[in-house]
Parts: sequence; C-alpha cells; structure tokens
Amino acid sequence: MFASKRLGKELAKIHDKLPPGISVAKAEDLQEWQMDIKVLDDNPLYRDETYRLTFHFSSKYPIEPPEVTFNRTGGFKVPIHPHIYSNGFICLDLLGKQGWSPVQNVESVCMSIQSMLTGNTKNERPPDDEEFSSRNTKRPRDVNFYYHDNDV
Amino acid sequence: MSADSEDEFMSGMSSEGGFEDGNESDSVSFGEEFEDDEPALDFGLHDKDITSAPKKPYEVDFDVFGPRDIQKYQDKQIDEVGAILGQPPESTAILLRHARWNKERLIEGYMDHPEDVLEKAGLGLAGAVPAKTMVVDGFVCDICCEDEPGLETYAMKCGHRYCAECYRHYLSQKIREEGEAARIQCPGDGCSRIVDSKTLELLVEDDLKDRYHELLTRTYVDDKDNLKWCPAPNCIYAVECGVKKRDLNRIVPTVRCDCGHYFCFGCTLNDHLPTPCALVKMWLKKCEDDSETANWISANTKECPRCNSTIEKNGGCNHMTCRKCKNEFCWICMGVWSEHGTSWYNCNRYEEKSGSDARDAQAKSRQSLERYLHYYNRYANHEQSAKLDKDIYLKTEKKMTNLQSSSGMSWIEVQFLDTASQALQQCRQTLKWTYAFAYYLARNNLTEIFEDNQKDLEMAVENLSEMFEKPTSELAALKVDMMDKTSYCNKRRIILLSDTAENLKNGSWKFNIDINTA
Repeated sequence: MFASKRLGKELAKIHDKLPPGISVAKAEDLQEWQMDIKVLDDNPLYRDETYRLTFHFSSKYPIEPPEVTFNRTGGFKVPIHPHIYSNGFICLDLLGKQGWSPVQNVESVCMSIQSMLTGNTKNERPPDDEEFSSRNTKRPRDVNFYYHDNDV
Repeated sequence: MSADSEDEFMSGMSSEGGFEDGNESDSVSFGEEFEDDEPALDFGLHDKDITSAPKKPYEVDFDVFGPRDIQKYQDKQIDEVGAILGQPPESTAILLRHARWNKERLIEGYMDHPEDVLEKAGLGLAGAVPAKTMVVDGFVCDICCEDEPGLETYAMKCGHRYCAECYRHYLSQKIREEGEAARIQCPGDGCSRIVDSKTLELLVEDDLKDRYHELLTRTYVDDKDNLKWCPAPNCIYAVECGVKKRDLNRIVPTVRCDCGHYFCFGCTLNDHLPTPCALVKMWLKKCEDDSETANWISANTKECPRCNSTIEKNGGCNHMTCRKCKNEFCWICMGVWSEHGTSWYNCNRYEEKSGSDARDAQAKSRQSLERYLHYYNRYANHEQSAKLDKDIYLKTEKKMTNLQSSSGMSWIEVQFLDTASQALQQCRQTLKWTYAFAYYLARNNLTEIFEDNQKDLEMAVENLSEMFEKPTSELAALKVDMMDKTSYCNKRRIILLSDTAENLKNGSWKFNIDINTA
C-alpha cells in the first residue's frame, strides 16, 4: 500500500525525535494516530493545557491530506481559536485539498497547528460555530471550508 | 437579405466580448451592440441562417460551439499569443489560463514586467529543462520516502524532485478525483509552479490524458464570461452570448442549444421568459420555503398576534401561550388572555379592541398568503399541465402513425401535431413564469395590459390543449383548425414576450420588491 511505507518512515522518525511541545500519544496502526500538542509560550489562552489531535490516514496518504481533528473526549478540550470549531474541526488551508502538499507530514502538520495556536490572541470561536458544530456530522474531508482569512 | 438579418449576421461575426469591459457604455448591451474587433469563435462551421426573421425584442444573439470548435479556438489563441510573447505553446497556454484568457491584459503585462507575469503564473525561472525522468544518485523521495538506487525521478523547472511514481499518483489524484487541470501546482509545499502539459504528456497514462484535455476545455469555457456550458444532461455544447451580468435586470437572455434545450444564459436555469433572473431566484426560493406547507398552514394554523409565529392548536383549551414570545392569548378571539377576566376557558367576547386588532393583522397575513397561493397555484398548474402535455406529446407520435394509416395522410402531412405539441410546451413554460412575474408586479396600467396578454395566451393555450384530447379519428378533419390555433398560440406568446421585454429594457415595470437587491 502506498501509505504504509511512508507512514512507517514517519513513525520511525517521530519516535526518534520531535520538536518541543509535540509528542506521540498513540500510533499503533497505519490508519489512525493521536498526537499531543502544547503551546510553549505564556499565551494565557492555552497555558498549562495539553490538546490531543487525531489523525486519520486514507490509503492515498500522503497524496491526499490526512483528516485532523481535536479530541473532545477523554478529558481533552478543544482549544479556543477563531478557526477551530467546538466539535474539534480545524479550518486550516494546508489540511484541505487545495492547500495540502504531499511533502507535508504529521510532524509538519502538528507544528503548523501549534504555531496557529501560539500566534492567536482572540478568545473566540469561528463566527458560524454554533450552527456548524451542532449540525455538522460529516467528516472533515467532506466539509468545504471557506478559509475566512489568512492572518490568524 | 434584409437589413435586420444582415445585422444579426454581422454580429455573429464579431463579439469576442468580455475582454474590453471598460470600453463599453453602461447601456444594455444586447448582442448587436458589440464592437470588439476580435472575430468570434466562428470558423464558418456554423452557417448562420441569414434569411431568418428579424429579431424580437426578447431575443438575444448567441452562438453554439462543440468541443472541437472550442479546442481549435483555444489552440489558435495560444498560437497567436505565443508568437507575440515568444513563449512555447505549453507556457503560453498556462499564461493565458492564468490571465483567464484576457489576452490584451496578458500581453500588456508581459511587455511591462515579463518576470512578474511568469512568476505569478507559476512559470518563473526561465531556462529550458527537457521534460524527462532521470535517475539521481543518493535520492530520497520526500513523498514516499523511497530511496532505492535507480529510482526514476522527475522535477519541473522549480527543481522540486520526486520519484516518478509519486508524481504520477499526485497528478492522477488531482485530475481524476479533484477534477483539476489548468491549475495543478507542483507537489512541493508552497510551490506555485503550474504543472504544464509536457509534464503531463510524459507522466500520465493515456486515459487520464483525455480527461485532462476535457477538463482543460472545461476551464476555458468556465473562465470566460461570455461562454457557458449547456446545462442539459450529457450535452457537449457551449453557448456564447454577449449579455453581461449587470444587464440581467433588463433582459432575459434565453438561448437555444444545438441539443434543443432552451435555457437562460444568465442563470443557466430552464427558459424562464419573461421573468428576469433575479425574480426567478426569489420566486424559487419562496416556493421552496412556502409552497408545500403553505396550504396546510393556511388551513390549520393561526399566527401569534404578537410575534406572528405560526401556531398549530393540537388540543387543549383556548388559553394559548406562544412558545416563542410567551404571549398569552385566546385562540378563539385572538385577544390577550388577561382581558378575559373571569370568563376563562369560555370565550364569548367578540369586539374587544385587542382581539379585533389581532384579527386585522392576521387577516393581512392571510391575505398575503392567499395572494401568493393565487399565483403559485397557477404557476404550479402550468408546470403540471406541461408535464401532462408532454405525456400527450409522447402519444402524439403514435397518433401520427395511426393518422397516417387511417386517413392516408403522408408523414409530412401529419407533422402539424408535432408542431402543435411543441408550441404547447413552450407556451405553458412561458405562462408558468408569467405568474411568478405577476406576483412581483406592482399594480398599474402596465400590469393590466400584461394580465390581458396573459389571459389571451392562456385561452389560446387551453383551446389548443383541448384539441389533443380528441380521438385520433377526428384529428385529420381538425388539421386546419389545429394549425390555426397553434400559430395563434405562438403569436400570443410573441406579443406577450415582446411587450414584457420592451418594458423591461426600458425599466418601465414597477415591482413590489427591489429587484436590484435580489
């Protein structure tokens, strides 16, 4: 399978070394991994919190982007951010078909999300959060995000 | 050749349209007003019927093109522009697509800042690298992490090198699954270089190439404002029409594709003459929201006198508490409940002020619903009748065969049935939309003329429709009558549409809503 060799290599690498604030929580198969991320600076929105991300890989990974969501069960919270919905969906262009590049990997995605949190100062959800989260039972890959802006 | 038909003929020869928006006046630009010096997509393949009748006020100029015409025309433009820019065809194609086929702007921009233009279109770093795969020592593919020696690899001019297998996977994903063609970028992160057709030819299998070219042609039509695909299922034609978006409140550009489908060039919905697109959109939305439930609501519910929420009383006493605004009122007299004093649960009061006000407000809302239903029922009726007429149309063929054998008439002599049935379809379609149109009309003298025209057409249509119910044996004798009625229907339709179109063009209609905000 196309994805397995690549994921095998990624797995070897992330078990070996990861950037600060990012760690593997669970990577037992080649379909779903869980990663923990922390925001390292003193951003009051995320201080002392660990967030858990779930990665779903299709057989076409890395040609297709993985599906990445924040966990909201198991005692984990979904970080507050204008591009993160309260159901854990993340509106980030690099996770969409248009913005994804097969050169991206689990580590780089975690770093992007980490820096997306680090740079944020707004204590708010996306404007359409309530409606979107209550109604949306689709999988992230079937949602067409409209990327609100590029500066957060 | 009459002056009018020559005019129409000439306009078919001009009208590249779209490029020189700035030069046009703000007047409504119907087809004949186009004066671009660019020849149209016309290769002499489409012989215009130069003896056709003069144009009606509601007709617009348009042309229909097949996929090969479009391909040819694209190629021709690429050759022309490529010669001016001194770029090979692959790059020129990318540049033109990037500029959305606005070649004047492309050439101008390229002359001023060639590097900028190339960079923005994803063609930066000029310098010929032949499109071929190669083996690179010590190579590790960043996509699949493969590092076997002897791996075939490929990179475009940007130098982002991946193994050929991954490149192939990537391209087939983009083309097959995501339907992309003209703007596929290098797989490298953040690299905006567009995958050119040479790369595709090299890497992609043949069946995918066809799909790629189909998609390219598709983007060409999608990119151009004056070209649209015919929305009929499986139709391969595109239609060119010069009517601009801003003109849509003053004209209803209805075109007929070579596949026989009539559609509005403005919104690509089925022919909705005489109603302008904005009203069609509003009407369809309203119908979607209202029509199915409106009847039931009208019969079974009342509105809360304070907040107008619709309330169904599904049992219990007359003391109602609106779930939305918590208003307490009596179901019988609609008055506030507190005024009921001690006569609770037994409403024998009638003329209290609060009650009659509430009933007034409610009557108003009922009235507006009834007005809507009046138009909607007629609209829906014509839609339904058109379907029934269509069934008859299918039977017509059988009738025609029967008629040939029973009356000894030739095939050509029984064609009047076919003509009549088509006229019926078209007139019903028009009638249907006159009701949506009328719903939004403010009442004045023009409206009355409109309603007269509507009534005349409706009568003509029903008379003709009735004749189809007659047994086949009588049809032969009715031939002349039927032909008369058919041509009368067509005439009434033309009168109605011409009148409406004239007034629309002149902005004479007064609507009860603001059409510009629709």
